[in-house]
Amino acid sequence: MTSRLGFRSGLLAAMVALSLVAGACHKKQPPIARPLPPPPPAPVEPARPPAPPEPAAGATTPVAPPAEDAIASASLDDLNRNSPLKPVFYSLDNADVDQAGQQALQSDAEVLKKYTTWQVTIEGHCDERGTAEYNLALGERRATAARTYLLSLGVSADRIKIVSYGKEFPFDPGHDEAAWSKNRRAHFVVTAK
Amino acid sequence: MFALSVAAAALGAVVIASQQAPTSQPQQGEVRLNINGAPGMPPKYAVPDFIALSPDPEVQAAAKVLGQVLWDDLNFEREFHMIPRDTYASIPAAKSIDAVPFDRWKELGADAVVSGTVTRDGANLKIQVKLFGVTQQQSAFSREYSGPAGNPRAFAHTMADEIHKQQRGLDGVARTKLTFSSDRDKEKLSGTVENREVKEVYIADYDGENQRRITVNRVLNITPKWSPDGRSIAYTSYARGFPTIFISLIYEGRRIEPSTPGTQNWLPVWSPDGTKILFTSNRDGNPELYVMNRDGSNVHRLTNNPAIDTTPTWSPNGNQIAFTSDRSGSPAIYVMGADGLNLRRISSEGYCDRATWNSSSAFNEIAYVCGRGGYDIKVYDLASGEIRQITNGEGSNESPAFAPNGRHIAFTSTRAGGRTQVFVISRDGKDVRQITRAGNNYTPDWSR
Repeated sequence: MTSRLGFRSGLLAAMVALSLVAGACHKKQPPIARPLPPPPPAPVEPARPPAPPEPAAGATTPVAPPAEDAIASASLDDLNRNSPLKPVFYSLDNADVDQAGQQALQSDAEVLKKYTTWQVTIEGHCDERGTAEYNLALGERRATAARTYLLSLGVSADRIKIVSYGKEFPFDPGHDEAAWSKNRRAHFVVTAK
Repeated sequence: MFALSVAAAALGAVVIASQQAPTSQPQQGEVRLNINGAPGMPPKYAVPDFIALSPDPEVQAAAKVLGQVLWDDLNFEREFHMIPRDTYASIPAAKSIDAVPFDRWKELGADAVVSGTVTRDGANLKIQVKLFGVTQQQSAFSREYSGPAGNPRAFAHTMADEIHKQQRGLDGVARTKLTFSSDRDKEKLSGTVENREVKEVYIADYDGENQRRITVNRVLNITPKWSPDGRSIAYTSYARGFPTIFISLIYEGRRIEPSTPGTQNWLPVWSPDGTKILFTSNRDGNPELYVMNRDGSNVHRLTNNPAIDTTPTWSPNGNQIAFTSDRSGSPAIYVMGADGLNLRRISSEGYCDRATWNSSSAFNEIAYVCGRGGYDIKVYDLASGEIRQITNGEGSNESPAFAPNGRHIAFTSTRAGGRTQVFVISRDGKDVRQITRAGNNYTPDWSR
């Protein structure tokens, strides 16, 4: 008796997949890092104040726009690259928001109350010293703790989502306390404004 | 190729050609024979190159590959003493499958010698193999295989499993596969503030060969788990912007999402019968364990504690679940009935996680990791309560997963140069071998 490898069924699977492509290939996944926000309420005032007049040629003192105008007009990427929202840092194996964390969140609450259309995601992060699996839960707990504190300061619950990245995305790739202390954090990402 | 890669991107999954393992029938001339070694010793096996019956380069190459891979496969389970292949040089190659110079193999101390031939049959290879008792000069195992020439290793894996079964009554794992998560593609996550790399799900043969990417989600895709039938991989994906469970049907190139849309779910584990998935979710406010049918229906909650409950594993008969909880202060391993009752703690060390029940009912044991910063793998014997240590501080060792016959453990370690790689080790802590080398690789799982 001769046995045979099932190359026919493999070919069949490939053909089935290719036939699926025909209908599916134009459907691209939406970019995942920016969850689609609910449509923002129509702004009462123009979101972007009119640009200051161009300085006349030869003017020696350029006029810097007020800081809050810069925040209001920044793109999401710029906003997140240089965020007005302060992260919360945690001690080892801990998800309690300490005094410094509370101060950071009080500042964040002020920002969120000023820019009322912003939607944010709080990312929970852990250092590399926990396990990959448990850290997914610990990061969840850290993000939840920061969110709960923000809600207690009167920020609306539907503006704040959370996500845990465990130890998957360290901010500092080092292997010492200086790095670890940066990596145990609740980190804010503005997803819509 | 372009069409296929577009397909992959659209479907979030790569199509894997079905690899139906070759089966075979005994050939004429096979006698009922268990080849034994000297009293108290494992039988000594020799596996020389196969005989190429045509000058065709593919046949010539296959003849060498078959000998080496079969030797490696038979060596893996340590049922045999494998005589090193570089000591065969003085022994003349057999002219035909039956013209074996038994006296010369006897001089080398062999109890058994493999003799095989390779030839071409159209697009296929045709391979004959015999396992001879050197003393008896009779063939205990005689098979013929035919299949696509592309992957001669698959033939050797099938032979190894069949020889292990026939000679030792052992279910070998040479045809099983590993899955793991890897950042080797160095693809950046799009649209974020930080410089973050994606991880995608890969598969490989049990020996690390034929590594292939399965997902093309371009996000974090982690903690893959083989379904018991080996046709699907469940994993945690961030394709929705938060962790959710996807199932990749790898032979169909299709992805399904069984968990409730909008809820955060991670760390899926299949029930031993493949009908249910156990996972962690924060849908009720904090991380708890839930179970659902594989289509996402009939979700119910198994734990209810303000502490973290996560990282579950099922016992081989499906009656019990082990998991991690920090309800006593730091993460520890607990066991309970599959109904959530009869909870007890089994780990006593400081910080433990990733309990993995040995999937073979031959061993009633749970592997897990303990440590702080650097982890080691331990195994808890449920009958005796004894704990044995598998790794001993060589890097940090995480995420153990048992081979289906329970005799080896796949895990990750930073022991080789600091990056995280997948390794395989025997359940007594010996014979560690490195499986991955590209990028970093995480959370391995072993197919049934």
